Amino acid sequence: MTTVAANGRRTAFVDNDQKPNGHGRMLRKEDPRFVRGRGRYVDDLQLPGMLHLAILRSPFAHARVLSVDTTLAEAHPKVRLVVTGAMLAEKGLAWMPTLSNDVQAVLAADKVRFQGQEVAFVVAEDRYAARDALELIDVEYEPLDPVIDVRTALAPGAPVIRDDLEGKADNHVFDWETGDAAATDEVFRRADVVVSQDIVYPRVHPAPMETCGAVADYDAVDGKLTLWSTTQAPHAHRTLYAIVAGLPEHKIRVVSPDIGGGFGNKVPIYPGYVCAIVGSLLTGKPVKWMEDRAENLISTGFARDYIMRGEIAATREGKILAVRTNVLADHGAFNGVAAPVKYPAGFFGVFTGSYDLEAAYCKMTAVYTNKAPGGVAYACSFRITEAVYLVERIVDCLAAELRMDPVELRMRNFIRPEQFPYRTKTGWVYDSGNYAPTMERAKQIAGYDELRAEQAEKRARGEIMGIGVSFFTEAVGAGPRKDMDILGLGMADGCELRVHPTGKAVVRLSVQTQGQGHETTFAQIVAEELGIPPQDIEVVHGDTDQTPFGLGTYGSRSTPVSGAAAALVARKVRDKARLIASGMLEVSVADLEWEKGSFTVAGDPNASVTIQDIAMRAHGAGDLPEGVEGGLEAQICYNPENLTYPHGAYICVVDIDPGTAKVTVRRFVAVDDCGTRINPMIIEGQVHGGLTDGVGMALMEMIAFDEDGNCLSGSLMDYLIPTALEVPDWETGFTVTPSPHHPIGAKGVGESATVGSPPAIVNAVVDALSPFGIRHADMPLTPSRVWEAMRGRPLPPI
Amino acid sequence: MTHIKVTVDGTVYEDDVEPRLLLAHYLRDRLGLTGTPIGCDTSSCGACTVDLDGATAKSCSVLAVQADGCAVTTVQGLAKDGGWTPLQRAFHEQHALQCGYCTPGMIMAARDLLRENPRPTAEEVRDALEGNLCRCTGYQNIVRAVLAAAGGQDGPEPGSRAGDAPGAQATEEVRA
Repeated sequence: MTTVAANGRRTAFVDNDQKPNGHGRMLRKEDPRFVRGRGRYVDDLQLPGMLHLAILRSPFAHARVLSVDTTLAEAHPKVRLVVTGAMLAEKGLAWMPTLSNDVQAVLAADKVRFQGQEVAFVVAEDRYAARDALELIDVEYEPLDPVIDVRTALAPGAPVIRDDLEGKADNHVFDWETGDAAATDEVFRRADVVVSQDIVYPRVHPAPMETCGAVADYDAVDGKLTLWSTTQAPHAHRTLYAIVAGLPEHKIRVVSPDIGGGFGNKVPIYPGYVCAIVGSLLTGKPVKWMEDRAENLISTGFARDYIMRGEIAATREGKILAVRTNVLADHGAFNGVAAPVKYPAGFFGVFTGSYDLEAAYCKMTAVYTNKAPGGVAYACSFRITEAVYLVERIVDCLAAELRMDPVELRMRNFIRPEQFPYRTKTGWVYDSGNYAPTMERAKQIAGYDELRAEQAEKRARGEIMGIGVSFFTEAVGAGPRKDMDILGLGMADGCELRVHPTGKAVVRLSVQTQGQGHETTFAQIVAEELGIPPQDIEVVHGDTDQTPFGLGTYGSRSTPVSGAAAALVARKVRDKARLIASGMLEVSVADLEWEKGSFTVAGDPNASVTIQDIAMRAHGAGDLPEGVEGGLEAQICYNPENLTYPHGAYICVVDIDPGTAKVTVRRFVAVDDCGTRINPMIIEGQVHGGLTDGVGMALMEMIAFDEDGNCLSGSLMDYLIPTALEVPDWETGFTVTPSPHHPIGAKGVGESATVGSPPAIVNAVVDALSPFGIRHADMPLTPSRVWEAMRGRPLPPI
Repeated sequence: MTHIKVTVDGTVYEDDVEPRLLLAHYLRDRLGLTGTPIGCDTSSCGACTVDLDGATAKSCSVLAVQADGCAVTTVQGLAKDGGWTPLQRAFHEQHALQCGYCTPGMIMAARDLLRENPRPTAEEVRDALEGNLCRCTGYQNIVRAVLAAAGGQDGPEPGSRAGDAPGAQATEEVRA
C-alpha cells in the first residue's frame, strides 16, 4: 500500500496485514503497552516504603567548597537522610571511576568543577519534601576563576581544574594522533589545491524525553542490591557498581525497565545512581532518584564540542589526495567519555570518509574545562558524527574552490566496490560498500538536476535556496575484543535461546532497547532462522539476573553484535533440532532438508517434522539420538570480527527567508544502506528520528555558557529541539550491500541519520548563502546567526 | 491540606492534598496512574498532556486542587478492557512511537485535534501537535497515524465526536 504525502510524493505505507515469519515489515510487539500508558519506566516504580532523593547542585562553575551545613535540612520532619561529599569521602565513596579511567566526584568534597555539579543529597518521604530540604542546606563557596573557553584551557597560568589528580598542573587530558603525518605533509606539499577551514561542532545534548533516574533497593537481610535504572548498559553498570560498592556481582541486580529514549545519554554512570544506592544502603529503604529536565541538560552527558581545523588536498581535476585535521576536544571537568578504552577519541579516525585517499592525518588534544562531563552521546557512534561532519564540510569547501558540483566531486572520489574490504589511511577496514548507486538513488529521488535548475531560476529572482549533500560511511558494532573494551570488559554480546516444549521460545539479550524495537526485531531474527513465528518468541532484556552478559545498546551495536549472536544461537538450536529430527524420522542428518520451520527427508516430502514437533520430542518421552541431551536451548557469546560500515547518501533542500534569515528545511532525501534489512518499517522510523536530530543540531540546538560558566541552555525554553513544525515529510530510500562478516549480512543503522544529516543541512545553508560570499558557517544556524552570515559576518558558536 | 474530589478515567477519587501538588504528580504518585509521564520542567514537552473537562491540559502545569470537581481523562482511560481506540491502533499501525514516552501525550493532543477538526490536513496535524515533543520518530509517522485515525477505516465516523465524553468512549473501541 502506498500513500501520497502532503507534498505530493508517494511514500511507502505500513502494510498492516503482513506478518512475516522472519525479516520484513512487522508491527511492533512493544506498542500495545505503550499506546495504553502501560509502559513501565523507572519513575513509574513504586515500592513499599520508598523514599525520594534530591540532589543539591553547585551554582558555580568553579569554587572551593568551604563548608556544608545540613543542620536545618536534617531537622525537616520528612527528611530521613542528608549526605555531603565529606561524608562520602569518609567512606571512600566521594569519587567513582568513569568509563574512561578518569575519576568523577560523586559529591564534591573539595571543590566544584562545573555548574550543576552534585554537592549533597537529601532523602525524604516524598519528592516535594526532598526538594524543600535542599533549600535548607547552607553551602559556603569560595569562587575560583573558571576555564570556559577551550582555546584558553592550556594557556600558561590557566586555573587548574583537576588539582585532585596527583601532580596535575594543567588542564590537559590527552593527546592522540592517527594516520601518517609525514606522508600527509608530503601530499599536501605537492597538491594543486589545498583548502582549509575552521569548523566547530558545538556542544549539544541528547535530551531524551525521559530524564535519567533510578530506584535503589538494598535488602539488608539477604545482602542484595536491586537497582532499576535508566541504563543502556545494565551489565557493564553492574560490574562497575561491584567495583565501587564492594558488593559481589551476584548480589547486585541491575534492571533496565522501559526506557524513554537513550541516545547515548544513558550509557555513563551518573552520581545520582550512586547516591540512590548510598541512600538505600543507609536508610534500608528503597530510594528513588529522578532528575528533572534542568538537571539532565546541565549535568548529564553532553555530545560533540570538537573544535576542528580541516584541511583537504586535491588535484585541479578534483581528485582528493589527502585530509588533515587538528582537533581541540572539550571534555568538561571529568573525562567521562563512554568509548572503548583504546579509543580516547572514539572512532574519529574514520574522518577519511567514503573517499579513496593517498594519505590522512589527525592530531587531537583533549582538555578539561569547567563544564559537565560527557562527549560521546547523541547517536554519535563514538565521534563519527564529528568525523563525518568534518570530511563532508571540507569536501564541500573543496567543491566550492574547484567550482565543481558537490555530488560530482564525491562520485569521482568514492572508494570503488571492488576495493572492499578497504583499509583506510587511518587503519579502519571497511567491510563492504557500493557507494555510487546509493548516491544515484538519492539524486533520483530528489530530482537533483531539476533542483539545481530551480535554484538557478530562484537565484536570478533573488530568492535564497540551497541544496546540500552528504555522503557518509559509518562504523558501528563495537567491537572485536582484541581491540575494544570498556574498563576491561570486552565488547562481545551474549544471547540465550530456549525453545519451550510446545514450540514457543524465549530469547534473552545482553543489549537494552530504548525504543529501537528490539523486542520485535530480535524475535524476527530468531524467527528467520528457526521458523518459529515472531509472535511466539518472547524477547527478554535489561535484567542482569535474567540475561547473558554483554555490553549494552549504543553505537548502533545491537544488530551488528547482539543481532549476530541471536542468529547464531538460533542456528545452534537448529543444529540440535536436526539431530533430534534425524532420530524422529529415522534417517541420517545428511538426508534432512531445512525449510524454514521444518526438516523434511530429501525426496520424501511427506516425511517431515516441524520445529514445534522437535521441541516437544526434545522435552518429552522417547529416545533421543545418542549423545543428545534433552531440552532445546543454546547460549552464545559473539565476538565480532570487525565493525560494520553502513553508508548513506543524503540530500537536503533549504529555503532561507531573506527578511528574517529563517532556514526552512523544505525537503530531505535520505538513502541508507545498512545491508540486510530486518524490519524496514523500524529502520525507516530510526532514520526519521535521526534526521530530526540533524535538523535540531544544524539549526537549533546548543549547550551554551557565559564567561562565568553559567549554563545558558538548562531548559527546553532555551535548548530548542525540533517540533512537528520544524521538520518536513522525510523522503527515504535504500540500497542493500550486506556485511560479508555478519551472520545475516546486517549492519547497524540507528545512528546513521544523526551522523549523516547535519552536514547535509549545513552544506545546504552554505550553498544557499554562497552568493553572499560565504564558504562556511558554524552550527546552530539560527536566524540571528544566518542573518549575520548573510552580511558577511559568520559567527563562531558563543 | 485541601480536600479535592476528582473523576479520573471514570473513577471518583477524594483526597487531601497539598495545594502545591501538581496534577501530574497526583495522577502518578497518588493514584498510581503512571501512564502520564513527565518530560520537562518548563511546560514545554507535552508528555503529561491529559484531558481536563474536555480540553487538553499539560498536567505538570495544573495543580491538583485546580482539578477539584473536574473530570480528567488520561491515556489509560481511553480504551476499556484492553481494547484500542482508533488513535491507539493507528499509532501502532503507522509505527508512530518508538520509546513510547511521548506517546500518551501525543495521543491525548491528537484526540483533542480530531474532536475539533475531524478531517485535518497534515499541516493542521503538525500545527496541533506543536506542543508535544518527540525525540524518536521525527514526527512523520505520528502525522500519518493521526490522519489515518481521522480518515481510516478504524477512524470515527465523519462528524462523530467519539471519545468526547466518558459515556462516548465505548464507540471509540474497535476490535481488539
